[in-house]
Amino acid sequence: MEIQEKLTFERDLDHSFLDEVKESSFSEEISRCIQCGTCSSSCPMVEYMDYSPRKIIAMIKHGFKDEVLKSFTPWLCASCYNCQVRCPSNIKITDIMYTLKRKAIEAKAYPSRLPIPALSKEMHKYIAKHGRNSEIWVVMGMYLRLKDFIGPLKMTSTGLNLMKTGRLSLKKEKIKNTKQLHALLKAVSEDAK
Amino acid sequence: MKEYAYYPGCSLKAGSKHYEESLLPVFKELGSPLMEMDDWNCCGATAYFSVDDTMAAAICGRNLSIAEKSQRDILAPCLGCYLTMKKSNHFLKSGEEKAAKILGSLKDAGCEYKGTIEVKHPLEFLTNEYGLDKVKEKVRRPLSNLKVACYYGCQLVRPYTDFDNPDNPVTLDNLMKTIGAEPVPYSAKTRCCGGSLAGTLEDVGVGLNYILIKEAKKKGADVIVTICPLCQFNLEMIQDKVVQKHKDVDKMPILYFSQLMGLALGISKDDLGFSRSFHSLNKMWGKLEMGGTT
Repeated sequence: MEIQEKLTFERDLDHSFLDEVKESSFSEEISRCIQCGTCSSSCPMVEYMDYSPRKIIAMIKHGFKDEVLKSFTPWLCASCYNCQVRCPSNIKITDIMYTLKRKAIEAKAYPSRLPIPALSKEMHKYIAKHGRNSEIWVVMGMYLRLKDFIGPLKMTSTGLNLMKTGRLSLKKEKIKNTKQLHALLKAVSEDAK
Repeated sequence: MKEYAYYPGCSLKAGSKHYEESLLPVFKELGSPLMEMDDWNCCGATAYFSVDDTMAAAICGRNLSIAEKSQRDILAPCLGCYLTMKKSNHFLKSGEEKAAKILGSLKDAGCEYKGTIEVKHPLEFLTNEYGLDKVKEKVRRPLSNLKVACYYGCQLVRPYTDFDNPDNPVTLDNLMKTIGAEPVPYSAKTRCCGGSLAGTLEDVGVGLNYILIKEAKKKGADVIVTICPLCQFNLEMIQDKVVQKHKDVDKMPILYFSQLMGLALGISKDDLGFSRSFHSLNKMWGKLEMGGTT
């Protein structure tokens, strides 16, 4: 009989992950986590997450890179910063969630059926081009990315309400000096290399 | 009085027009008219930090630089813009190597930022600079009888700012008292509305907004008053689904603080964007003894 590995064992972990996260979040404090759970109990989204924020922090500390980057948790962070202001060890938990989102995109590990990464990427692309966000076009772009053609139909009643009250704008907003914006974005991305 | 660079952000020009439509006349009436910043770009909101934090700080740096050229601090009514720009400002001033590089790129692109600008929210300005005493002097029509649930949302009092208590903020309650309304004790005042997740994940939106509406109803509020376009939009948009799913709540008007302030300052209710509400305001007009069918 072949013996199968049933656990994630120490040799499967990535011990440099902690340093990676620390560096991109400017959060040295993560090592000081005492696993008190204040973050999880302060989180309005915890009931929907696969790992609670407390667990995510523990997993980062111990190198569970794959599991963390594939997790739904960072994408379900609503960015309310409640955990961050309450953490007794001053860990920048929300900022760490942002780092995890970026790393998950880089590693193409994020859960692809979630609409949130698609929305972030679409909005990022739109703003880099035009300098402003036009809600309706960004949302449509997100559905295209997801190849979801039912999603827009579900939004019909909101769309109608917005139209009735004159709040639906189809205009593609744009800044005047897009040239400057493009030069700036090019400069920072070259610097980052 | 110090002048500000008014930063509307994308929402106040589109889905949340009525925030701008009420904020501008209110500030004019207060004798402190707002001047829109020249050629501002989107703050990047939560999306940019999720994809590229360097670019996120850089595009905020461009806005800060524009404000710096006019020697005016930024006034940002949207809490997404407010927090994102405050956070980027904090980072750009941090002296980190990465921040210094971004400042260098800003300079090369013709938008140098020296780090002299602060970002403020209108509520912060009214409380700490203009003064509620002065607001009180301008009140012509106190909103007596109106019970309001003051909803701060999450971003106003979270990190990078210290002008109110993160767990139990009071500045909006104080402002509402100043204009004669009665703030109810609203324990959900800083609970999250779900932000951009409320629109993309319906169940989540309904779950979170139910808590906010239920609590306001329980405390006897006539309206929920907000200071952020996304909170206002979520509460208003998701309400129909919340009411369908939960029989213990009813529909409730969700208004901007500036709309109520405008009424109290004596500005005509036709000029404060009330017609843009999704739901009927008749009950509120009745309470305020201001007829009409907006």
